[in-house]
Amino acid sequence: MQITPELIASHGITEDEYQRIEQILGRAPNYTELGIFSVMWSEHCSYKSSRVHLRNFPTSGPRVIQGPGENAGIIDIGDGWVAAFKMESHNHPSFIEPYQGAATGVGGILRDIFTMGARPIACLDSLRFGELDAPRMKYLVDGVVRGIAGYGNCIGIPTVGGETSFHSSYNGNILVNVFALGVTKKEKIFKGTASGVGNPVIYVGSKTGRDGIHGATMASAEFDEASEEKRPTVQVGDPFTEKLLLEACLEIMDTDAIVGIQDMGAAGLTSSSFEMAGRAGTGVKMNLDRVPMRESGMTPYEIMLSESQERMLIVAKRGREDEVVRVFEKWDLNAAVVGEVTDDGFVRLFWHGEQVAQIPVEPISTEAPVYQRPMAAPERKISDSLDRQRVDDADFTGTLLELAASPNLCSKHWIYEQYDTTVRTNTLAGPEQRDAAIVRVKGTGRALAITSDVNPVYCFLDPYEGGKQAVAEAARNVAVSGGRPVAITDCLNFGSPERPDIMWQFAECIRGISDACRALETPVVSGNVSFYNETEGRAVYPTPSIGMAGILEDETAGCPLHFDAANLDVIILGGSRDELGGSEWQQRFMPDAMAKPPRVDLEEERKLVELLLSLHQNRLLRSAHDLANGGLAIALAECAMKGFGVHLDLTNYSSGLDAIALLFGESQGRAIVACTNDRTDAVLARAASLGVAAQQIGKTTNASFLIERNGTPLVKTSTQELARVWRSAFALLLGGDSVEEVIRGVGEEAPEVMAH
Amino acid sequence: MKFGIVILPGSNCDHDAWHVAKNVVSAEAELLWHKETDLKGADCVIIPGGFAYGDYLRAGALAKFAPIMEPIRRHAANGGLVFGICNGFQVLTEVGLLPGALMRNEHLRFLSRDVFLRTEETDTPFTSELQRGQILRVPIAHGEGNYYADDATLDELERNRQVIFRYCDGEGRMTSEANPNGSARNIAGICNASRNVLGMMPHPERCSEELLGNADGLGIFKSIVASLARV
Repeated sequence: MQITPELIASHGITEDEYQRIEQILGRAPNYTELGIFSVMWSEHCSYKSSRVHLRNFPTSGPRVIQGPGENAGIIDIGDGWVAAFKMESHNHPSFIEPYQGAATGVGGILRDIFTMGARPIACLDSLRFGELDAPRMKYLVDGVVRGIAGYGNCIGIPTVGGETSFHSSYNGNILVNVFALGVTKKEKIFKGTASGVGNPVIYVGSKTGRDGIHGATMASAEFDEASEEKRPTVQVGDPFTEKLLLEACLEIMDTDAIVGIQDMGAAGLTSSSFEMAGRAGTGVKMNLDRVPMRESGMTPYEIMLSESQERMLIVAKRGREDEVVRVFEKWDLNAAVVGEVTDDGFVRLFWHGEQVAQIPVEPISTEAPVYQRPMAAPERKISDSLDRQRVDDADFTGTLLELAASPNLCSKHWIYEQYDTTVRTNTLAGPEQRDAAIVRVKGTGRALAITSDVNPVYCFLDPYEGGKQAVAEAARNVAVSGGRPVAITDCLNFGSPERPDIMWQFAECIRGISDACRALETPVVSGNVSFYNETEGRAVYPTPSIGMAGILEDETAGCPLHFDAANLDVIILGGSRDELGGSEWQQRFMPDAMAKPPRVDLEEERKLVELLLSLHQNRLLRSAHDLANGGLAIALAECAMKGFGVHLDLTNYSSGLDAIALLFGESQGRAIVACTNDRTDAVLARAASLGVAAQQIGKTTNASFLIERNGTPLVKTSTQELARVWRSAFALLLGGDSVEEVIRGVGEEAPEVMAH
Repeated sequence: MKFGIVILPGSNCDHDAWHVAKNVVSAEAELLWHKETDLKGADCVIIPGGFAYGDYLRAGALAKFAPIMEPIRRHAANGGLVFGICNGFQVLTEVGLLPGALMRNEHLRFLSRDVFLRTEETDTPFTSELQRGQILRVPIAHGEGNYYADDATLDELERNRQVIFRYCDGEGRMTSEANPNGSARNIAGICNASRNVLGMMPHPERCSEELLGNADGLGIFKSIVASLARV
């Protein structure tokens, strides 16, 4: 095929980049080679716009075994055990085709984990949708949830938590971020390297079809009205095959027959072969006609660019290839020796004996374009604090119910009850039980705490503080649940990097994340960047999802977030300020206001983490819950969802704040804990010795929910009423109800199947 | 005594059943590969949960052709214990060891949450250590758990006291709200006429340890161990 300027442009390659290609090859590329460069140098695979900023992340620490650059990061969890984890986005495919987009998002991240030799034991999902009444949105919610369920439930990895929120900035571009974690023994870690000249290269898993060609390129461009035509670039997942692939891979990894393995994810056979050779400093020769193919008439170009799912590339020890093939055939999977490792530093591709491509391995990454894109803070007016009319005589009970019934704050059981949360029998705390999910590691006595967090509104209003806050909240969620925060993975979702204001958001978020990771000693071990999340020029809010893993040295440590008895002392940890900018209250009641989000004091966050760990270690607490979206009132309501309520007297607490800031402000570094009366002094003493503000502000009750100040009730309701509204809201909202109708309790639930 | 846990392609609760057998009730436990025809001396064969053959065609429909099924049929015919959990229950109905069928949940969605079960009969090897009427809290996780049989079959199951578990509320009442999937007569688990084959949709292996916050399922595994010890 003739290489024309139109063909080059249609591959998303700039003129400048094309010059580089000619320099690297010393000639013009052929069609197959052009295709290979286009995916390897796509934003999705090359990180060309983000690389200069990602260098700022702290990536090392005493527990880090594998930092960024491999398929997943790995941390030491003690006694020779390690945990591999990573989070990845599947935003564009999920917006085009929600079921398959979300399903293959799960499948892709799971392969990243087991290709490292780790058995996946848990997933989290961080989902961002537009407003529920936006076009297609209920269908997208339904499809994404079904897709995650369809894949995760079938392969048998529990989805144990995550977060779901709604904002108009996602109306035209939803976000589907999936976190997965696996465990293995330290000596069982595998890497994606093609070492050992003469070693066979083996293709295993599903056959290669024409699906997903140019998926990585699609994910590197914004949406427009023609995006519907991109549906064929979305891959189709088969969780049954992936389950077989998972077991077969772990079985062959138990032998010493293989030297390297990598999944074929974005950019399929292209990225796996180049990356494996690149890491080992070798070359690879492949006979593409030996690749198992799903359909006839496929070309080398299509084979190299296909993103068919459930495939892996293995480099085995010479002479052991039959052993590898036998294991995969035992699991009824395809396995074919397609090539061998060479020492000439080239990937050479053959088609029925004839060489069809020859590209040097090293320059395709070292000479890849790296852009220092221009950045500029947008011109806008953001006030230091939220100006508001004093409304202290307002109906705060109604306000609380309204927030509890809102899409962001209501219970998400409609979602997570479609996910298998308990398979593998490791789930010590699943969704909405603690602030982080807890999964044990059988045979070690230890457990892991995992969470995913970010507040996109904070990030929009102040990307630096928002970046800090995402890490700080993740650390708080881990610590309040009983774990010591150890490391993070990130999934950075932004608009087009070609826009200076977006690059500014990106750089500022990274600066905030980096500062928080340094202060809290939670290095970044893996991650993913997703740019071009915009439709017709409208970008999503900056959404750097943070996935954090922490360790419970004792699997029995920690406690639920719910009150579990009456007459416990309720204690607030941390200080409250007048911080309503970006809060759920502000978004609901003053949606057009622009005020700074809560400030994150990293030293205070660090002290709070230490305090929580100390309280858990000494078994002083009956419940513990962090204060986050919705502030004190919502946190208390969440603590009360199992039926035991609270009687709070705030007369002597933060008396300088008005009732709105006190009840609904979202100051950081706070938690609500409950303990029996005989432990209160010990809790307060530990807080004092660690320098964390702490005050007993009330007691738990049997069923009433009362918050008083200066002798008058601010909020007065029952836990039954709160739970009714909170639990019923999501299905009713999906059924088309308004928040007011949810509170009145008159509506219809979501239909069984939602139309497109 | 020995448990044999079948691995069908797509089984995903095999390790969980093995863990309870081996580490919780401290019995012998062996994994049985679907392409083999040897039960390796297992006294109780567990067909675990999962998505055997991807649940393609129909849950359990392809599993009945697995080579391991023939020795399992013989084992059952000889009075050996066979226990199908979730997908294993679906397989047992397809294989013909248990009557009826499991259809898609009434609301057409996969459902994963704790339910309450009322123990209906205790004169089986699977429930001998439970009390009649005992209420168990056990997780379900399935999309096709809606038990169906025609009225004549259901009447016969009742007459022979083959309904072993029914969905109920926390107080043991058999309400339609407590029925998570639309199962006929709130049926969650049944045995065969000779009471040595049990199938149930809920997952007792997921609630057999205090650490998991719920050990209500342990009584079933203890019953199996106790029954086999008596033989």
